[in-house]
Amino acid sequence: MTTVEKSIGNVANFVDERLGAAGWMKKSLNKVFPDHWSFMLGEVCMYSFVILLLSGTFLTLWYDPSQRDVIYDGVYAPLKGLKMSASYASTLNISFEVRGGLLMRQIHHWAANIFMAAIVAHLLRVFFTGAFRKPREFNWILGILLLTLGFVEGLFGYSLPDDLLSGTGLRITSSIIQAIPLVGTYISFFFFGGAFPGVGFIPRIFTLHILLIPGIFLAAITAHVMLVWYQKHTQFPGPGRTEKNVVGHPILPVYMAKAGGFFFIVFGVIAFLSAVASINPIWLYGPYTPGQVSAGSQPDWYMGWLDGLVRMAPPLETHAFGHTISWNILIPALIVPGIIFTGMALYPFIESWITGDKREHHLLDRPRNVPNRTALGVMSITFVLIALINGGNDILATNFHMSINSIMWSTRISIFILPPLAFIITKRLCLSLQRADRELVLHGKETGRLVRMTSGEFVEVHEPISAEKRWILTSHEQPAALELPAIDSHGVRRPGVIKNRIRLRLSRAHAVAVPKATAQELKEIENH
Amino acid sequence: MSEVTNEIEAVENPPTPQHLPRAADLDPRAEKRAEQQVALLFTLSGVGSLMLIIAYVFIPLNAFIFIPVMGKQNTQQLTLGLGMAFSLFFLGMGAVLWAKKLMPETEVVNQRHEFRSSPQDREDFVKTVKDGIAGVKLGRRTLIKRSLGFSLGLFALPPILLLRDLGPLPKKQLETTNWKAGVRLVSDPDNRPILARDLQVGAVVQTLPEIPAGTERLLSDIAKDPVLLIRLRPEDFQLTPAKLAMTHDGIIAFSKICSHMGCAVALYEQQTKHLLCPCHQSTFDVTRGAKVIFGPAARPLPQLDITIDDQGYLIARAPFNQPVGPSFWERNSQ
Amino acid sequence: MKFLSRNRRHRAVAPLLLGIALLGIGTTFNIASASMKTPSSTFARSAAVEEGRQIFLKGCSSCHGINSEGGAIAPALIGVGAAAVDFQVGTGRMPMANSSAQAMRKKPVYGPEATAALAAYIASLAPGPGVPTDAVLNYERDGSAAKGGELFRNNCAMCHNFAGQGGALTQGKYAPTLMGVAPKYIYEALVTGPQSMPVFSDKTITPEQKLSLIKWISSVQNEKNLGGATMGRNGPVTEGLLAWVLGIGMLIAIAVWLTTKAR
Repeated sequence: MTTVEKSIGNVANFVDERLGAAGWMKKSLNKVFPDHWSFMLGEVCMYSFVILLLSGTFLTLWYDPSQRDVIYDGVYAPLKGLKMSASYASTLNISFEVRGGLLMRQIHHWAANIFMAAIVAHLLRVFFTGAFRKPREFNWILGILLLTLGFVEGLFGYSLPDDLLSGTGLRITSSIIQAIPLVGTYISFFFFGGAFPGVGFIPRIFTLHILLIPGIFLAAITAHVMLVWYQKHTQFPGPGRTEKNVVGHPILPVYMAKAGGFFFIVFGVIAFLSAVASINPIWLYGPYTPGQVSAGSQPDWYMGWLDGLVRMAPPLETHAFGHTISWNILIPALIVPGIIFTGMALYPFIESWITGDKREHHLLDRPRNVPNRTALGVMSITFVLIALINGGNDILATNFHMSINSIMWSTRISIFILPPLAFIITKRLCLSLQRADRELVLHGKETGRLVRMTSGEFVEVHEPISAEKRWILTSHEQPAALELPAIDSHGVRRPGVIKNRIRLRLSRAHAVAVPKATAQELKEIENH
Repeated sequence: MSEVTNEIEAVENPPTPQHLPRAADLDPRAEKRAEQQVALLFTLSGVGSLMLIIAYVFIPLNAFIFIPVMGKQNTQQLTLGLGMAFSLFFLGMGAVLWAKKLMPETEVVNQRHEFRSSPQDREDFVKTVKDGIAGVKLGRRTLIKRSLGFSLGLFALPPILLLRDLGPLPKKQLETTNWKAGVRLVSDPDNRPILARDLQVGAVVQTLPEIPAGTERLLSDIAKDPVLLIRLRPEDFQLTPAKLAMTHDGIIAFSKICSHMGCAVALYEQQTKHLLCPCHQSTFDVTRGAKVIFGPAARPLPQLDITIDDQGYLIARAPFNQPVGPSFWERNSQ
Repeated sequence: MKFLSRNRRHRAVAPLLLGIALLGIGTTFNIASASMKTPSSTFARSAAVEEGRQIFLKGCSSCHGINSEGGAIAPALIGVGAAAVDFQVGTGRMPMANSSAQAMRKKPVYGPEATAALAAYIASLAPGPGVPTDAVLNYERDGSAAKGGELFRNNCAMCHNFAGQGGALTQGKYAPTLMGVAPKYIYEALVTGPQSMPVFSDKTITPEQKLSLIKWISSVQNEKNLGGATMGRNGPVTEGLLAWVLGIGMLIAIAVWLTTKAR
């Protein structure tokens, strides 16, 4: 035994005698993680969160969360002598007088944009592959919670520099709060510490931004990762992989090295972006005052679709009994996102209600094999993308010489037409792909080689596919639609007629599929 | 559970594929090469760190360097950033390459267990809970039950009440502005009173109510007081007599705070006489009293009644006759 | 020229060049057709005014009317002053050739002398704002960038964007970028209110304030990249696009490499 091994042994002994950790650690280190590029998206989220914590802590060392008026006397000449809040002045100070400060600000902001983008990409991966199914519904809901928190955290971060763009965002936020019937005005006054922009919001959102929300984040991310650990990772279908096992690399050493290395790669990519690409040049926006605004005032990308929805909303308000209800704000900014987020959170339960499938699933779906779900996903993406495009309509109009009015009208119309169209097209596409899979299994790959038969006709040679490939293409289940006769097997009338009819409809739509190739069919062809 | 599989006919699941040896597993030269590649990446990472240190210590904040495509860049920001990026990125790449090429990477198979507990455990659990609750005998202790309900019912109120002092009550703050009869309109930001005759047709001026010299404006006042003055040819107006009476010689004054979400509406198109809000593209027709002609805003911009004082300066003749800015529940919009 | 060479790879260059070419052809045609008309009367004027009148009759009167009284598609020019002419013709916006949503900045059709003559002619019709002299335009000496920035954010940013990059107006109209615009033209645009732009006379924004505005715009234009490539100073839209395309794109590419087996 070398001296190094001996000293490591001593430490391990010390810890184990006190915590009894060896047994648990042994089990944990033998945990297996399947390899797939899309499984790294969640890691991008976690790593960018760590980067946000690190860069954010750096920024707090100089940032002054105060709305106190100061006269700017820093190095940036075009703002010299202007009255501004201490928070804006200190952000300028971080940008121009702290070495590496601007870099850290840009790292923080790029990491936030990438954090949210990675969350969305990760969510789409989990959705399209059906990884949210039993037993992982809790983790899906935790994920939706993290996404929602991300919106709020991002909005607060965007507001802290207290530049003109921040303030414009907060003004809109305050209007959304004010639009809530009955209590909106009061919530707004309490949140801002008075009439907008109030006297207390910068210190308040600072505390929320750096303490409360990151705390919840940390707890939720820990729970999220621990559940993945405990429930073991899902895997794509492949040779030797079943619902009962998990095939992959053990934690030590490969997974540890790759995942650890990937953290530095993510950090490196974000640092690279921050070195070469400017983000939120607050010094150009100037200090916030509510009487000013810039053309092309946009939120960060993840809020862009909400802004787009607000822009395309019809001018609807109800004026009655001395009260005003702003449907033009409530519908796009609260009701529609509320429905979307609730629907997302409940989706695992909705799907299992439709299919009647209450079993555990650890093998992932190939998106084409669940056409209804895939189509629903593409439909939602289409909806959000159209809203997002309208959120940037003024930027599009300026850069591509279009008219904001025509962009607005085309998105207003297409938000109703294109998502259902996307649903239909995607579903058909999935079925075509299923058909192609079936052909591939039964008749093999086209080789492009032509052979002349004795009868004189030309036939293209088809090469049979490998056993592994054949398994991947046929291992999925093709559940039949539910059968819910009005009178059940005991001869009793089933309650909930309309509910059952809806469920039946959905179940039938969900079960539409091109029959996959079976072993029997293969045998028949071989014997042919 | 309904029958949902067609396992009987399924194609056979082939076994987990054999581990195929990599070049570095077989060929010592390939192994050496892989080792060198990893070492190179780690070295590059070190060079990156050195670059960061040098940039931090030696490069001044105001040095610039020309980079093709990007233009003149701040040297310190760029080198600090690139140094940091290299130092992190290549460290990560080195570790990954090491794992990929040289570490043993045989795939292993773990078995899963069903998450449902054994029937015995479940039964025991239910029994424990039941026994525990039975011991409390809540059903019999009515007095305790009722007083506990009373206590818990009130328990939630203090935390909410304690947040009461976060801000003042709205009172009439959203309904009122600092415009009063006789208050002069002064330009923003330099607080000069405005002579009506100084405004040409097609001119706009951003204004605020005059405040005594030496006093400071609150941001919350700037959030509701701004007024946009626009001069048109008087014959361009298509206003009701009441609204026309609120103008002065072709000069019309609107609240600059959008009736939709409170952005500053100030994109005035001189030719079409439309006002556009840059936040959500609500468009208002100035000739028709800022009537909404496009976009999500539901109400016209409130119009300020203006006239001139004896020196010819523009003044407000009356406060706004309705609340300015975005809607809120208590707003009487009828 | 510096502006042109700097932006020669801008994505708008190809459509812009095409537009300019088409406008050029249109203009030539327009001038040719305008020259068919004969002047109705002559007055004794100074040489420059007379020269300007001739140019006007050939190039402008078909839309603006023989006596500058305006027509169905073009406004009257009586009283707009020399500044308006110098701005519109000097930046190539006029002659406009065809009536699109808005006249674009393009290569001027008339040289400096012809423009000056036209300006003199229009100024002779009725008094209006004159062309500012170089002595007036000493913005480096007389302006304050900080004050200019404040004025800019109050009066200009809502249309021209926080960094003077331009922005969208209704129905396809737009506020053009202010980058690379000569100080003289900014000044003239302020006093005359061309096209959609409102008028900011010397009474509402004093000459000194105008110089401050110009000084701030030029400081923004000449500002070196403090935090990396500026990506058009368009705000969060381009930033979000870059985060997805470059950020998530690069990370996915690396993740694919990371999870494939080494050979």
